[in-house]
Amino acid sequence: MKEPIRVAAGQGFWGDLPDAPVHQVEDGPIDYLMLDYLAEVTMSIMQKQKARDPNAGYAKDFVPLIRRILPTCVERNIRITANAGGVNVKGCADAVRDVARDLGFAGKVKIGIVTGDDIMSRLDEFLAKGIELKNMDTGAPLASVRDRIQSANVYLGAWPMVEALKQNAQIVITGRATDTGLTLAPLIYEFGWSATAWDKLAAGTIAGHIIECGAQASGGNCQYDWQNIPDMANVGFPIAEASADGTFVITKHQGSGGRVNLPSVKEQLVYEMGDPHEYITPDCVADFTTIQLEDAGENRVRVFGVKGQPATDSFKVSISYSAGFKAVGTLVYAWPDAVAKAQKADSILRERLDRLGLKFDQILTEFVGANATHGSLAGPQLLDAPEVQLRVGVRSSDRSSVERFTKEIAPLILTGPPAVTGFAGGRPKVEEIVAYWPALIPKELITPVVEVLET
Amino acid sequence: MKVQLVKLAHARSGDKGDTANVGLIALREDIYPILVREVTSQRVKSHFKGICKGDVERFELPNLGALNFLLHESLGGGGTLSLMTDAQGKTFSTALLRMEIEITPEEATSLAVS
Repeated sequence: MKEPIRVAAGQGFWGDLPDAPVHQVEDGPIDYLMLDYLAEVTMSIMQKQKARDPNAGYAKDFVPLIRRILPTCVERNIRITANAGGVNVKGCADAVRDVARDLGFAGKVKIGIVTGDDIMSRLDEFLAKGIELKNMDTGAPLASVRDRIQSANVYLGAWPMVEALKQNAQIVITGRATDTGLTLAPLIYEFGWSATAWDKLAAGTIAGHIIECGAQASGGNCQYDWQNIPDMANVGFPIAEASADGTFVITKHQGSGGRVNLPSVKEQLVYEMGDPHEYITPDCVADFTTIQLEDAGENRVRVFGVKGQPATDSFKVSISYSAGFKAVGTLVYAWPDAVAKAQKADSILRERLDRLGLKFDQILTEFVGANATHGSLAGPQLLDAPEVQLRVGVRSSDRSSVERFTKEIAPLILTGPPAVTGFAGGRPKVEEIVAYWPALIPKELITPVVEVLET
Repeated sequence: MKVQLVKLAHARSGDKGDTANVGLIALREDIYPILVREVTSQRVKSHFKGICKGDVERFELPNLGALNFLLHESLGGGGTLSLMTDAQGKTFSTALLRMEIEITPEEATSLAVS
């Protein structure tokens, strides 16, 4: 058994620093590269792409990335776990296989794929069985949005990926798998952890939570001493150096920028946290109140003491549905009386929208530079502000109302308060809102499928 | 005496639907009990008056010297439904650090804050 096992994070989201995974592979020792591509509504975007082109529907950036890093990964035996498959795991795997053949690795690289997460075609079967797929936040039954659903995927955990690794897959591609599972699977596989080793599974899950947002654990978006975090232009993404006993060290490659210390790791631990006693994944329930941290030298934080509980009998489901339309218009007003001018423009705009009889579920006005982030907590608005941006957003189930709104912004320049600018981008765009519907489903209804493809 | 949280703690915030979470982390171990005493759910709720429309829940993490707050109904519907600049609650962290709390003169001396 090799120890420690180094799992490196390469992307905190789809669209993160393109060269980060390349640096993780080339600039120091790692055993696994994990890549998280799927945010909550990413699946619906991919579903739309696939509807237009049956070969699309996955994280396209993944394929050219594999072209860049595969030779080094093969040479150094670095394996990859990625939820890049989106709603077309097979299509993604085929494209990766073509790249591998192209690079001369035919017969040398196996590609594991995990499917079974996509339950779009089974929704009516579940509803008929009385599985309501209620919205976890609002309690509303799925039937209330049934005709507007665009995608439905179960969050699968680490175990299907473990199976693919056992079958010698060098690259494991999944659809909707949990981001923590991408880190946990290699540790289960390497250390032979059992399905009921709850403390260890919780530890691997927490290692995944710490590195899954990329540089947010190694100096990015870090409030503590942010002015002095070194060399952020060359920020190193985090690496979990894990041991078989369930302890691990968070670190980054030597020579890279950023900083891994107790405050940077603590900030990431509390990010998007709910009840810290119950961090629920398909693989276990981790207790964040048991985590112990220790400074283990420069850019090294040791994590130990983690306790876990048995996994629940449900999978979480990520459903996306069409929820109307929105648009946001902006204009910039200059000194003097910048805020007062923007306020006046807003009231003129609202009166015009009112006279047009347009229907909106919501109109939101913010004054960027005065109150857009902290609202009234920002205190009295700056009377002497050099400029302020008026930002008005509208939302409606009626597309034509939102479209009409987009035509009412630019006219304010010639028909409203003076010293106004900042309208270079044309009319605001009307955006279709694809909203997120979290639900639970009994695990026994779902069968993950693992295949390993030869190249 | 009053002291602003920004001198005692750091923070990170994020979202889960229409709920914002704010993790408040003591800058030093001896500050944590003061946070537990002063930064109650009720005070956080009134601090975010007009912003947080639902309940505020608080969880204690003594192992990290941190408190986690869940601010329900705070993100204009949350996710893609929200029209807010900060639809994901990323800046609720420093909004909480604006809060002023009461500490004793002895605490002020031992923490060397002013």
